[in-house]
Amino acid sequence: MSTIALVDVNNFYVSAERVFNPKLEGVPVVVLSNNDGCVVARSAEVKALDVPMGEPWFKLKDLARKHGIVALSSNYALYADMSNRVMTVLRDFSPRQEVYSIDESFLDMEGMPGDPTQTARTIRFRIRKWVGVPVCVGLASTKTLAKLANHCAKKGLAGADGVCNFETMTPTEIDDILSRIEIREVWGIGRKLNEQLQSGGIHTVRQLRDFDVSRLRSRFGVVMERTVRELRGQSCLDLVDVSPAKQQIISSRSFGRYVTDLEELEQAVSSYMSRAAEKLRRQNSVAQSAFVYLQTNHHKEGEPQYSPGMTVSLRRPTNDTRELLEAVLAGLHRIYKGGFRYIKAGVMLSEIAPAGIRQGDLFADQPTAPNISNLMKTIDQINLKMGNGVLKLASDGIEQGWQMKTGNRSPAYTTRWSELAVAI
Amino acid sequence: MSSNPASNSTLHQHPWQPGGTGATRNIPLFAHAVPAGFPSPADDYVEDVLDLNKLLIQNKPATFFLRVKGDSMINAGIHDGDIIVVDRSLEPVDRSVVVAVVDNELTIKRLIRRSGIAELHAENPKYQPIRLKEGQELTIWGVVTGSVHSVM
Repeated sequence: MSTIALVDVNNFYVSAERVFNPKLEGVPVVVLSNNDGCVVARSAEVKALDVPMGEPWFKLKDLARKHGIVALSSNYALYADMSNRVMTVLRDFSPRQEVYSIDESFLDMEGMPGDPTQTARTIRFRIRKWVGVPVCVGLASTKTLAKLANHCAKKGLAGADGVCNFETMTPTEIDDILSRIEIREVWGIGRKLNEQLQSGGIHTVRQLRDFDVSRLRSRFGVVMERTVRELRGQSCLDLVDVSPAKQQIISSRSFGRYVTDLEELEQAVSSYMSRAAEKLRRQNSVAQSAFVYLQTNHHKEGEPQYSPGMTVSLRRPTNDTRELLEAVLAGLHRIYKGGFRYIKAGVMLSEIAPAGIRQGDLFADQPTAPNISNLMKTIDQINLKMGNGVLKLASDGIEQGWQMKTGNRSPAYTTRWSELAVAI
Repeated sequence: MSSNPASNSTLHQHPWQPGGTGATRNIPLFAHAVPAGFPSPADDYVEDVLDLNKLLIQNKPATFFLRVKGDSMINAGIHDGDIIVVDRSLEPVDRSVVVAVVDNELTIKRLIRRSGIAELHAENPKYQPIRLKEGQELTIWGVVTGSVHSVM
């Protein structure tokens, strides 16, 4: 039986900030979402104040003043770089790695030398020392159990050293620990399933594990069956080693303020489209369908609401920013209505296929001139070298008043020469 | 749902076309293309191009660049505004140049570690050594392995 490790960075965004700003150590810190709207990361000190994830910042201002909570805007350039470093270090511990999210990775420890618990401790030590962030490691025979073991490691349910290995525990110990964990902590049990299971009398992970599988399957389907089998130690989910090319590319942002003007919306949508097209070209794919949408602020009472969206099909799959742009701009013109205050816009590319395997179209124009893809490549390269958005199509707009608010973003310590951390 | 209503917009028209050469293609260039002839004697000596990244960075995920502020390390050849290369994976030893955390700030100094004493020394007589008080723990952030100094 194989041993799966799930390595997860504790309070990742906050921990990444603390590496370069020791003043944040021991202080309550939150990181806010785009536009400084909601809490997306909390330090342990903030969790101790019972601040929930996703709490809007304006609701926290009093508490923040009282406890001196430091609020930072999200610094995704920093988090992405630190995440890469963590994932690179982990690769040394097993060639079979599934990067599950920005701060989580599965490792298949089967056949790797040494005792897995000891290796997990080395992983913890090395990432703390090399990259600077704390991680917890859960070890078990399946991915679903490894996630739970990680939860136990984090909450100190199985010792305080940040490592929990279900494989070395007795069945009684496992029963005991699983009867102390609520089912909502189980991978794949969302809010709705949680409610349904609770009303059916299933509250703890142990109850779920020991419930009749066929009844669960007929009620909730095969995914639930798989979850329960995984809880029993029967591996049903393989590691996905290679991150497959994305099947959808989404680029969207909340604006820093209300936007009513079509021209400003055009700029925003163009800018998101450019970014999405860049991602598309980076994975060497083409898309045949583009979705554009607008949103008003539905958190605000009394605000006239209008949140339209529209899919535009392209005549042939493409990754040319200009072709994609004219499609989404045409869509935008169709859905736009004046008199509403929009707070968010976005584009989504779908029907994505590898570039090169293109279906010819009897009615489409001849393929665009060969210099187009070179033009796009050049734009991408210049933007990569000189900083994002140095070169753009004129429709992106020059003055981007709608750009997101990042009032208290820390420097891009690791990705911009002009913003390096300072040593005195 | 709609087909692309803007399909005939000017964005699709290209007034300039390359002179009928078709798509450009990158063709690998070989140093010699004479398999039947005499092999180039230089072929055995093909080396990598020199890459400053490889010179400066031994352990990429553990290496960070920081900017130096001030003249406390001037006699070690590290100037105000220089970029230092810091490897967090290395173990500091006596006389290592390190970045340490002192009073919640990152500071670059020379580590003096002898017979149970750890001190941080500036390389500039203007500054006093930093001695740790009783019970105070020294946090080494990383070991400095190089610096980049611009002469422009």
